Amino acid sequence: MPTISISEAREEYDVAIVGSGAGGGQMAYTLTLAGIKCVMLEAGRSYDPVKETPMFQTKNQAPLGGSSTPDKDFGFWDATIDGGWDVPNEPYTQASDKKEEQFKWWRARMMGGRTNHWGRISLRNGPYDFKPKSRDGLGFDWPISYRDVEDYYTKVEQLIGVYGSNEGMENTPDSPAGVLQPPPKGRVGDLMTQKAGSKVGVPVVPIHRAVLTRPLDADTIPAKLHPKNKKAQKIVADSMRKRAACFWATDCGRGCSIGANYQSTTVHLPPALATGNLDIIPNAHAREVTMGENGKAKGVLFIDKTTGKEERVNAKAVVLAASSGETVRILLNSKSKQFADGLANRSGLVGKYIMDTVGSNLRGQIPALENVSPHNDDGAGGSHFYSPWWLYGEQKAGKMDFARGYHIEIGGTRKMPGGNSPVPGNYLKGLYGTKLKEEARRYYGSFIGLACRGEMIPNENSYADLDPEVKDKWGIPVMRWHWKWSDHELNMATHAQKTFTEMIEAMGGTVQGKPNMRGKDTILQGGEIIHEVGGALMGDDREKSVCNEWNQTWDVDNLFLCDASPFASNADKNPTLTIMALAWRCADHIIEEAGKGNL
Amino acid sequence: MDSETNNSRLPRRTVLQWFAAAAAAGEASALQGFAQSAAPATTGYGTDPNMAKIYNPGDVWPLTFSKAEKNAAVALADVILPADDLGPAASTVRVPDYLDEWISAPYPKQQKDREAVLPGLKWIDEESNSRFQKSFADLSLTEQQTICDDLCREKQPDPEWRKAAAFFHSFSTICIGAYFGTPEGWKAIGYVGNTPSGIFTGPPQEVLDELGLEQTVKD
Repeated sequence: MPTISISEAREEYDVAIVGSGAGGGQMAYTLTLAGIKCVMLEAGRSYDPVKETPMFQTKNQAPLGGSSTPDKDFGFWDATIDGGWDVPNEPYTQASDKKEEQFKWWRARMMGGRTNHWGRISLRNGPYDFKPKSRDGLGFDWPISYRDVEDYYTKVEQLIGVYGSNEGMENTPDSPAGVLQPPPKGRVGDLMTQKAGSKVGVPVVPIHRAVLTRPLDADTIPAKLHPKNKKAQKIVADSMRKRAACFWATDCGRGCSIGANYQSTTVHLPPALATGNLDIIPNAHAREVTMGENGKAKGVLFIDKTTGKEERVNAKAVVLAASSGETVRILLNSKSKQFADGLANRSGLVGKYIMDTVGSNLRGQIPALENVSPHNDDGAGGSHFYSPWWLYGEQKAGKMDFARGYHIEIGGTRKMPGGNSPVPGNYLKGLYGTKLKEEARRYYGSFIGLACRGEMIPNENSYADLDPEVKDKWGIPVMRWHWKWSDHELNMATHAQKTFTEMIEAMGGTVQGKPNMRGKDTILQGGEIIHEVGGALMGDDREKSVCNEWNQTWDVDNLFLCDASPFASNADKNPTLTIMALAWRCADHIIEEAGKGNL
Repeated sequence: MDSETNNSRLPRRTVLQWFAAAAAAGEASALQGFAQSAAPATTGYGTDPNMAKIYNPGDVWPLTFSKAEKNAAVALADVILPADDLGPAASTVRVPDYLDEWISAPYPKQQKDREAVLPGLKWIDEESNSRFQKSFADLSLTEQQTICDDLCREKQPDPEWRKAAAFFHSFSTICIGAYFGTPEGWKAIGYVGNTPSGIFTGPPQEVLDELGLEQTVKD
């Protein structure tokens, strides 16, 4: 990926963007195609997915069979480099020593950020998800509705390419006809779960994922995305033609050298760079937003990690898209006379109401799946089917002890083996010789994992502030996390365990271990699902929110937050598609204001 | 991808170098006695390893096994995963080298296994010597299996045997992870994939029939 060093940077840019992931990538794409000069700061190194993605490497070609280590938390061939639960030189702290009150913070330090390894699950928020408080009195309503974002969801889906089906389900929006790519066929685990779901009243349908099941239509989509902009249409068409459709092998978590799935480095950044309007500075660890005397942001102060020196970029507007936690860190560290408690923090709400997704998993062993005839089950390198939340009616009728929904992700186990045992140890314990091999073959692929991914309601006890003592390698105060689940999340996790048990039993299977019916024992730790959102909520009252409906901070009108930090709720729908839709919408707003001479 | 698979097989020269290295390490570790199971002072592959590369045991951190340990590991791995109709023996697909790499790694999980595997290999030779006056590798298959049968007994009242049985389980788990990660192991376990294809047709009809399932995503 072409980059520049700070010495090559312009005196001033139109817009400085911090972060190169979903939000920063979308922002750079939309702005540069409209002719706006941007500089992007990325805290990690440059990364070339075409050359660096380990596409067909097998487990036995990696150290330790590719299994996870503290250096590579998701295994050796996972796309993430220089990132993980712990990032060298950049600690973070916990306010409590109780595990259930701690937040695990996943960070990426590479071009493209977390988009390199994510699950590519691309679900639209529905109408309820933007107005949750109006429905059940909890949390916050967004200042925008589904109608305000709908067209942007469509545009993002057309740009990145999303497979799936329109099922017409409640609060699970359909896309316009012709927008989604065809969903892949169900695999054994998907179809088995679907059949069991129909017995116990849980719908199982094709999921939406940002993977191309056919090449993008480069002849017609660019004109839909950029009407009246011929140059943009050509650049986007050229970029689309460089992406190939999925060839049905290798896990998407490794990234994709042929561009069959969405990652910022193959979809957003190449066309943005092709405009000539984008400069990217890697290894740039943002410290604070710099302010002018006029009360406007004038740029970003950062550490050039290659020299350890403080450097600056100047711009007429600043976009933070660094991830919720990092954006909060940058704002709280940007202290000035005007903003003694951190930038854009007159409401005192920067860092407040951080949310993750409720996670709870259960695995079953299914005798019917023992000794199934060997066949290729790789598929699209991630989920094919899922269960959208199906009990809105019961919740509305007051029959449930938690207020929001979860979706179920399905994990088949006929995956490429190696590293860890492909069959849980207790099934092979005490065996050796041919008998061991026979039993491994018998049980391989006979397990199905079900995962709850549910909505967390924002609460007063889940937030981040600056640690008063601890600083990173460059002397920058670090994040300190505070965390607490409410009963809504704990009860949801319990409900998921019960549901999964029913589904596994409906498959004729047995639950692995014991289903845990106590929410606090089964819920995964805060942060573990890596859906950190919130911390700079959008709202329609400047006293009670940090951003307005345009992701624009109330206090500094040329400062925009385009990661998930403005999220006022965290629906069970994975946040990435919404981050991109809102970033595109925000970019259009910036372009419109620039057209009026307001930049 | 055949070409890449072939790359994973070691040239004979490299294998010989390893044996030389293992032999040299063996001399040193014999002097250290029990200290050999202490953590090796190496770092891991770091957070930004070269991923456009194929790795062999010994590439990123030095290996540990002495000659005696290696002999015992080869023999035990081959009893656990022998050559049969389902595939070749563990040692022919480098499982012992993988074991050595595993227990030599500087990470906590692997260090814990090291604490079980190295004393365990020593134990199994001592047990073989006390029963049959030979090291484990020199026993007949039947003799080796006698010891393994004893290790696989569900109840182990004796603390020494409990420890030995735990070693056997750890050792065996590492072998399983290694063996089924090879193309030969894929065949043995029934994994088919990692092959590019223009179209994904889902499970074959005979598999759907076998399971009483219907493909619900239609063309």
